[in-house]
Amino acid sequence: MTDAAGRPRMGLWRRIRHHGGELALTAPSFLWMTFFFVVPTAIVFMLTFRPTAVDGGIGTGWTLETWKTISNPNYPSIVWRTIWLSVVATALSIGIALPCAFAMARTSAKWRSVLVGLVILPFWTSFLIRVFAWKNLLHPQAALARALHTDLGAAGFLALQDVMLFALLFGAGCLSVFLLNSWRMSSTARGKAACAALLAATVAGALWCAKLWIAFASARIGAGVCSIVPPGAPLLYNSLAILVVMVYTYLPFAILPLYAAAEKFDFALLEAALDLGARPVRAFVNVFVPGVKAGIYSAVLMVLIPALGSYVIPDMVGGPDAEMIGSKIYQRAIPDRNLPHASALSALLMLGVLVPPGIAWLVFRRRHIGATETDVVRSLGSSSNMGNSGGRRRREGGAS
Amino acid sequence: MDDFLVFKGVTKRFGAMTAVDDVTFNVKRGEFFSLLGPSGCGKTTLLRMLAGFERPDAGRIFLDGKDVTAMPPDKRRVNTVFQNYALFPHLTLWDNIAFGLRLQRRPKDEIEERVRRMLRLIQMEGQEWKKPTQISGGQKQRVAIARALVLEPQVLLLDEPLAALDLKLRQHMQIELDRIHDQVGITFLYVTHDQGEAMSLSDRIAVMNRGKVEQIDKPAALYEAPRSSFVAAFIGDTNFFEGTVTKLVDENYCRVSVEDFGEIVCFNDKHIKAGAKVYLSVRPEKMHLTHEKPADLHGGKVNVYECTVDQKIYQGAYTRFWVWRGASKDDCWELSVMQVHNRYLLDQQEIGWDEKVWLSWHADDGFMLESYAEQDEAMLPHPTEEASDAGAAPAPAPAPAGAADAEAAK
Repeated sequence: MTDAAGRPRMGLWRRIRHHGGELALTAPSFLWMTFFFVVPTAIVFMLTFRPTAVDGGIGTGWTLETWKTISNPNYPSIVWRTIWLSVVATALSIGIALPCAFAMARTSAKWRSVLVGLVILPFWTSFLIRVFAWKNLLHPQAALARALHTDLGAAGFLALQDVMLFALLFGAGCLSVFLLNSWRMSSTARGKAACAALLAATVAGALWCAKLWIAFASARIGAGVCSIVPPGAPLLYNSLAILVVMVYTYLPFAILPLYAAAEKFDFALLEAALDLGARPVRAFVNVFVPGVKAGIYSAVLMVLIPALGSYVIPDMVGGPDAEMIGSKIYQRAIPDRNLPHASALSALLMLGVLVPPGIAWLVFRRRHIGATETDVVRSLGSSSNMGNSGGRRRREGGAS
Repeated sequence: MDDFLVFKGVTKRFGAMTAVDDVTFNVKRGEFFSLLGPSGCGKTTLLRMLAGFERPDAGRIFLDGKDVTAMPPDKRRVNTVFQNYALFPHLTLWDNIAFGLRLQRRPKDEIEERVRRMLRLIQMEGQEWKKPTQISGGQKQRVAIARALVLEPQVLLLDEPLAALDLKLRQHMQIELDRIHDQVGITFLYVTHDQGEAMSLSDRIAVMNRGKVEQIDKPAALYEAPRSSFVAAFIGDTNFFEGTVTKLVDENYCRVSVEDFGEIVCFNDKHIKAGAKVYLSVRPEKMHLTHEKPADLHGGKVNVYECTVDQKIYQGAYTRFWVWRGASKDDCWELSVMQVHNRYLLDQQEIGWDEKVWLSWHADDGFMLESYAEQDEAMLPHPTEEASDAGAAPAPAPAPAGAADAEAAK
């Protein structure tokens, strides 16, 4: 009764006793996740194959009817809006959160706790009330909108949009420099490919911004006023209102994981980078940002996933032509009483939400395997130089 | 040549605390120069000012004739090996070493060639694709040195580079550092609190205390001719005597009267006049204990006193004694003596506790200090403390070596 290593083999009873503590500790969360996550998810997927009952309930039998009708001509634009709003909100949140997290981690311990407190302070107010407050701020009768209706306000609003476009272009420029640089500094083909892909996306975005800006500028010269949001346009009930409120809502979820990562970051590394000839901005992007990479991944997940599924924000500050998939699911489920259709949309969203962590997991796993593969290949490649001096290995051993 | 690196009246304050107080010294090109002192003496602040991480409140720093006082760190041709290595964890060893060269936008071939040369220098070829987490502390240290050296700095700054390593590795890395310094010929500025490290590596050492430089000298000169009681007590162990010069024996020697102890013949290189108050330092290994009174007194140049053994600790290469002389054990001079075991087995007649013995040392082995501060006595090992942790801690490293040298010289 021994295994390959010669240890006595464990019987089933002994194994249960051995792991009994672990089983007892994990059982509650296991059961919870099973009954309140796995089973409902399975039910949602199952419902998509059920017919609709005439009274608004779920009929009997199985059908593919729902999946055939899901190709509503309105859906692609809603899905597209959901994706771009969520991605832009995530990017903006992380862009704002990174310097915040850096500054928070660098202040004294006393100030740190104060700042963390300030970041989580909004949670003390109900989420609904905060969104409602934004509704008041952006309302056509509110002070902000009225100020924008004056000549000065309208000019300022235009100028602000110009500044924001410029900031976007500038940010894209900085990001391109950083990506170019990362491409130069990385010595693996995979890293170079990732940098090149991101660089292409950034340049495309920058070109789009530039095109928009040039179009506005020429329109202004020709026929007066033109901008993303015309000065007279309502601030509420459109995609930009959703974007603003989403960034406001999800910013703490980006700051907190980034701060947690930044707090563990060894700031001597920044000094080392300066010492090796890096300017401060270069040290920030080439040493600090990769140093809090894990924090960035979790911030992306923490913001992107709730943003994709958000329903309250588009419902309250988004208008009829600024719907997101969350609001559509609500419409199908409650006013229309078409539960299979709502389930199908939910299933689609769920699959969509599973994609980012899936990619993250693949990246993490691939990187790990990639490193070991590289190691093996490199060490094989250089073993011939190693063999040249017999004494070196011995010295190496003595040193470690 | 003499003023390659110049600190001129450099002062740095942190709030009410003066970390570096009006420090002036020169380092020669290619020199291995150490800043030695207890923690908080300002040595690291001095180093950080040269690296550019701190700005001095007063004074100037010149590097190769150029004033670098206000230059940002990325513009200086000075590179640092940090105490905790500060290797970039997200980069491979190769990318770590190439970091600075890539920032300088060097051609690819040149980067490749220089990184490879560095890997050869630190003897870590074939491991360049590992990440810093995959290598040992000593290897990290070597990579940190390579990363700084590859930029061919005018001065390499080393901030307690061996402090985080264990004893055996520290000794190995000392040899390694010495070899690298010989090979590259770059000026090294080395900060340490470990006197053994500084003594064995440096061409010259600046001993620092409370933000001031106490003495700058070659290691042997620091040990044999300390100028202040701080230097004498910080480097190795010693015995202090306070006395008055009573009489000049001849041009080179004088007699010093020490209360409750006797008259000490002492080398008078500073030409002190009779009547002056002086402080003497005598190293424990220069003193000898014998059962019989020594017969040959070298024409009165050997000091001989009868003492009583208080404590004795056997430490392998030598035995450490504390002997006392005076009216009673509570009111006496307590002296530390180190007896090196030459011909130990032949010398059967061992000296025991509470025995009356003869203490002797040559007049040349006593050294007059220029300055004396009573608090420096606290740095000397006290017999009862020493006795309690003698089993755990080995003796300070340079002392037995110094003792052996002194014996060999006679």
